[in-house]
Amino acid sequence: MDNPNGATSNMGHSTTGARLQTTERLLLASLGLGLMALGTRGGNVRRLAFGGAGALAAVLAARGSNPVATAMKIQTDSSGETRVSDGVTIGKPAAELYAVWRNLENLPNLMRHLQEVKVLDDRRSHWTVKGPLGEVSWDAELTADEPGKRIAWQSVEGASIENGGEVLFRPAPGARGTEIVVRLHYRAPLGSTGAVVARALGEEPSQQLRDDLMRFKREQELGFHPTTEGQTSGRAAKQQEDRPQAQPGGALAQGGAR
Amino acid sequence: MKAVIWQGTNKIGVETVPDPTLLLPTDAIVKISSTAICGSDLHLLDGRIPSMEKGDILGHEFMGEVVEVGRDVKKLKVGDRVVVPFNLACGVCDPCKRGFFSACDNSNPNHRMAEALYGGVSGGGLFGYSHIYGGYAGGQAQYVRVPFADVGPFKIESDLRDEQVLFLTDIFPTGYQAAEQCGIMAGRDVVAVFGAGPVGQFAARSAQMLGAAQVIVIDRVPERLKMAEAAGAMTINYEQEDVLTALREATGGRGPDHVIDAVGMEAHGHGPGALLDELQVKAKISFDRITALRWAIMSCAKGGTVSMPGVYGGLIDKLPMGAAFAKGLIFRMGQTHTHRYLGPLLSRIEAGEIDPSFVITHRATLDQAPELYKTFRDKHDGCIKVVLNPWG
Repeated sequence: MDNPNGATSNMGHSTTGARLQTTERLLLASLGLGLMALGTRGGNVRRLAFGGAGALAAVLAARGSNPVATAMKIQTDSSGETRVSDGVTIGKPAAELYAVWRNLENLPNLMRHLQEVKVLDDRRSHWTVKGPLGEVSWDAELTADEPGKRIAWQSVEGASIENGGEVLFRPAPGARGTEIVVRLHYRAPLGSTGAVVARALGEEPSQQLRDDLMRFKREQELGFHPTTEGQTSGRAAKQQEDRPQAQPGGALAQGGAR
Repeated sequence: MKAVIWQGTNKIGVETVPDPTLLLPTDAIVKISSTAICGSDLHLLDGRIPSMEKGDILGHEFMGEVVEVGRDVKKLKVGDRVVVPFNLACGVCDPCKRGFFSACDNSNPNHRMAEALYGGVSGGGLFGYSHIYGGYAGGQAQYVRVPFADVGPFKIESDLRDEQVLFLTDIFPTGYQAAEQCGIMAGRDVVAVFGAGPVGQFAARSAQMLGAAQVIVIDRVPERLKMAEAAGAMTINYEQEDVLTALREATGGRGPDHVIDAVGMEAHGHGPGALLDELQVKAKISFDRITALRWAIMSCAKGGTVSMPGVYGGLIDKLPMGAAFAKGLIFRMGQTHTHRYLGPLLSRIEAGEIDPSFVITHRATLDQAPELYKTFRDKHDGCIKVVLNPWG
């Protein structure tokens, strides 16, 4: 369990890779034993396949690390929380950028996985997220608010997904503007396995965060998003519509430059 | 309009496609008067650059007349005659402000693809050069959409012919940057240039303009070597001589003070290294054949510069890093910061120091592009540089 001030830094946590939780390890161990049992019967190929897969599962359960999650760069700490962080440098003063983030109801424009944030009072707010398995919402409260420097929040007790985060605003060396660092942490249902499943379903928190930060940088520096959406090509019109676009313009851009 | 289309590896065609339109208020539309095939387009023909899609419009060396501007375009007006740098830059991010235009933070809409492949960072967008570099439609066409219209396009107000200024879009600045970043000491330094294609030709002439005591050009195609000789360079045909021995001899055993690799990822050449590269490329575990780079490192004098305008795409194996370390070499590389050089190099053209049209061997229409891609790749018919007229 994260301490209330845990949002300040993740330095105290080991985030060397994804660790399996106790329930995950038990499940994996029984799966491994089951497979090995199946591997005692049948032909050579079958015995090798089941025996091998079973032994692998058992070894992973014993070691307690989730190599799939680690390979996907999913970081979990010793308490089983998934951590995501990234940074971007933007050529604008910290106070200005802080002001955009401090307006919590604007957060869904900055962080695209957020559906809605409703401010309840000066500390509490209600957050709604569209996840791979439907909509989830919870109440959060500000745990830190240092104008021009840092904003931190944490879900309140009883939230369906325990989570929190912080945004740091630091002057970049050499008058390059402001370094923005975002750190998010959440307890994924089913631990690191749940994080892997979520990622397989297309919700990739670290990629989302990266996209969010780059979009914010471009909104701030350019006032618009570079795009090739709708450009001419030798593809038929229908195919062009079907092509995935890396970065559709945010609501902020439409309100701004367009 | 007519446009040159990438239809797959080794398949390039000319198709009729919709005219480009403004997509953002900072865009302009340019009616293209001249466009060229670049050596780096051959990497696309050969399928060496990942993330091309069937239907992509090729071409990144083009110029023409502005026919439409978005409402936020301030400097450019309809009727302006412009050359357009092959790379897109936003002009406001930190790399752009410092003059590192090709490292622009903001011009690549597909930054996540580049970040995944190139370690968390993405360079700027390029015209007609794969989706990793933004997927922007290129300029081997009759019209092109030019984003960041106030940043890239450079007005040509003198009466110089297209052929004299067209190569400001890429190969002249690319060759020039390659020479400039060697830090040539005028009257003293010997510069070797691997590859006598268009970029190598401009690198050799730029090294001369920057005062190199001697320029040595290495290739195997006789007419390319002849073109370099015409500029006063010494040449080595690596099919006829051992390159490293010839370079040692030419420099009294020191090696060239600086070496420019104007070949890049599709080097020919021979020896065990070349064989290994070829096998790795065939097995699809490597993009790059690096004979030229190996030779550059092995031949370069102590304390010298290995300057690499040639394009590399992936992970490189069996690079003689020990030799580079032992000699204290300096490596300079990357896409050209074209925007930096437009003004200064135009001045050199206007002053008559160089007429870039020397490099052109073939003039054709857009319809002939597919055939000329192959002529250029195979170095048939003395082909060194192709210029296309989209309206011919």
